[in-house]
Amino acid sequence: MRGHAGLTVHRADSGLKRQEIRVRSSISAALCALVFWAVPAGAQLSITGEWAGRYHEDFDDRVPGDVNGDFTGVPINDAARFYAETWDVRRVNVLEHQCQPYNLPHIYRGPLQFRIWEEKRPQTQEIIAYKIYIGTYMQSRTIWMDGRPHPSEYAPHTSMGFSTGEWFGDTLKVTTTHIKKEFYRRSGLPSSDQTQVEEYYVRHGNLMSQTMIITDPVYLSEPYVNSQEFELMERGNQNWLYNCEYVMEVPQPRHQVPHYLPGENPFLEEWANTFGTPFDAIFSGAPSTYPEYAPQIEDMVNEADNE
Amino acid sequence: MNKTIRGLVLALGLGFAPHAAAQVETLHVQGNVYMLAGAGGNIAVQIGEDGVLVVDSGNREASDAVLAAIRRLSDGPIRWIINTHAHEDHTGGNETISQAGLTLNGNPAAIIAHEEVPTRMVAADRPITEWPLNTFFEDRRDFYFNGEAIFLYHHPRAHTDGDIVVYFRGSDVLVSGDLFMTTTYPVIDAAYDGGVRGFIDGMNNMIDIAVPAWLQEGGTYVVPGHGRIGDEADIVEYRDMVVIIRDRVAALIDLGMTLPQIREARISRDYDPRYGSTTEPWTTDMFITAVYNDLTREGAE
Repeated sequence: MRGHAGLTVHRADSGLKRQEIRVRSSISAALCALVFWAVPAGAQLSITGEWAGRYHEDFDDRVPGDVNGDFTGVPINDAARFYAETWDVRRVNVLEHQCQPYNLPHIYRGPLQFRIWEEKRPQTQEIIAYKIYIGTYMQSRTIWMDGRPHPSEYAPHTSMGFSTGEWFGDTLKVTTTHIKKEFYRRSGLPSSDQTQVEEYYVRHGNLMSQTMIITDPVYLSEPYVNSQEFELMERGNQNWLYNCEYVMEVPQPRHQVPHYLPGENPFLEEWANTFGTPFDAIFSGAPSTYPEYAPQIEDMVNEADNE
Repeated sequence: MNKTIRGLVLALGLGFAPHAAAQVETLHVQGNVYMLAGAGGNIAVQIGEDGVLVVDSGNREASDAVLAAIRRLSDGPIRWIINTHAHEDHTGGNETISQAGLTLNGNPAAIIAHEEVPTRMVAADRPITEWPLNTFFEDRRDFYFNGEAIFLYHHPRAHTDGDIVVYFRGSDVLVSGDLFMTTTYPVIDAAYDGGVRGFIDGMNNMIDIAVPAWLQEGGTYVVPGHGRIGDEADIVEYRDMVVIIRDRVAALIDLGMTLPQIREARISRDYDPRYGSTTEPWTTDMFITAVYNDLTREGAE
C-alpha cells in the first residue's frame, strides 16, 4: 500500500524523481521480499499453547449458533440454495448420520478451545509439524511443515482434511485439502468434498487471528472468507470431551433419508419471518455479504411495507 | 442387445480408458488390501502368505501396467480374481492377470463372479479366457484367504444384474464395484437389467456392513468402482443423494409428468455440480432417465 502511495506522490516529472521512484520501488520490493520470504519455521513466532475462542464478533452466529432458515453470510450458489430448500434437519438424527462432526471450514465458527504443540526433528530442532487438538468433537489436526506434498486425489477424505503450512514473515499460511462433505451452516447450506481452505494465522501477544478463505466449486459462487480471534489461556487442559455414541433413540425405519420435496419445506422462511428480514436478502448468497447490499435490504423492507 | 445400449456399455468402459501406457497408482487402503487406480475401474489387491487375490482387473489396454503394479506389491502367486460385474473397464484385464496367476492345481488364476457375469460376457462375444468360470447364484458366498474371511454379496438389479460387493473382514475393507463411485451419478445400466432400487439396496447393505472408527470417519474403508477411497460416511452421502433424487422423480411421476418434463425440471441441480455431466458416457439426463424408467417399468412398486 505504501508503495502505491509513494508512486502517486512522486509521479515522474523529472529524471531525478524517476530515479528516486526506481530506488524507492527497489527498496519496497526488497522489504516485501524480506517480509514475505518463507523462512524456517523454527525462527518463527510460537503458536503453541491452549487457545480459546473470543466471540465478541458474530456472537449470535458462533455461540448459540445458526438456526433453521438462517442462510446469511455465505456466498452460496444455486446448487446450494436448492440443497438448502429441501434440507430436513431430521436427517442428522438418522443412525448413520449421528455424531458427524463439523468439518474444517465449519468447526472454527462454533465455540471451541484447542491446543497446539510442535513436533520437532530431534537432530535439528526444525518444526516438522504443528499438532492441534480441538475440543469440539475431539478433532485432531496435523499441519505438516516439512514440505511434503498433499496426498493423491484417490486418498480418503477426513473431517479435518490434510494440511500443510508455510511461514511468510510472521504469518502462518495453512493449506488444507481432502476435506469431508459437511455444511457451512447447519441450516442446510452444504459444503462439498471438493472444498479447499487457506488459513492465515497471525499472533499479536496473547491473541491470535485466524482468517479462512474457503473455496468450493460445487456450492460457493466465490471464496467464503471469515475470521476468528483466539486468546491464549493461562490455565491449560480446558479442552472438552465429546463422548458420542450413535444409537436409535426413537424407533424408525432403517435407512430412511429425511428430506423435503422442492417447494414443501415449511421452515424455509421461518428465520426471515421471525426477524422481519426479506427472505431474498437471506437467500441471495454473495451479493448480500458486501456492505453495499444494505440499502437494497432497506428498499425491500420499504417495498414490503408499502404492499 | 440393443446396439445403442451396447454402445453405451462399451463407452462406459472405454470412457474411463487410460492411454496405452497407463499410469497405475497404488494406494494402501488398510490391512492386506491395496487399491490400484488409473486402469479404468479401480482394482483391489489383497496380498499375504497364501498369495494374491485381485478384485476386478481394469481395462484390457492397461492390463500389463496392472500386472506390473501387482508384482511390485507381491511376487506371490495370483490365486484368485473376483469380478464385481461384467463391464469391460472392470474385467478387461481378466485374461492377462489370470494367465499370470496359478491355482493350487496348476491352472490360471480362477475368476469368480456371480453367474450373471459370464452370461453377459458370452452375449457380448468376449473371449473365453476372460470369462469367470467359478460362479455362484446365491445371494452370498464366502471363503478364507490370506488369513481373513472374504464375503461376496450379490445385489440384483443394481448397477447391473450381476453386481457383487466384496468385504475383507480382517482388513475391514469393502470393495463396492460400481455400486459406489465418487466421480459421477450412479450408472444404472438398464441393458444389463440394472435399477435404482437395487442400487439403493446395495448401498444400504454396505452401510450395514461398514462401521466408522470415530465420529462417522475411518473404520471400514471402501474401494469405489471409480474415484477415491471412501468410508461409511461417503457411502451415506452418496446413498442420500440417490434416494432424494429417486423420491423427486417418483413425486413428479405421481403428478403425471412425462420424462421430458421431469428432465426439464432439473430436479438434481443441487448435486449436478458434483456428479452431473452433459457429455457422455454418462450424462445427468441419462441418470434421470434410468431412474424414471426403473420406477415406471411394469411391476415396479
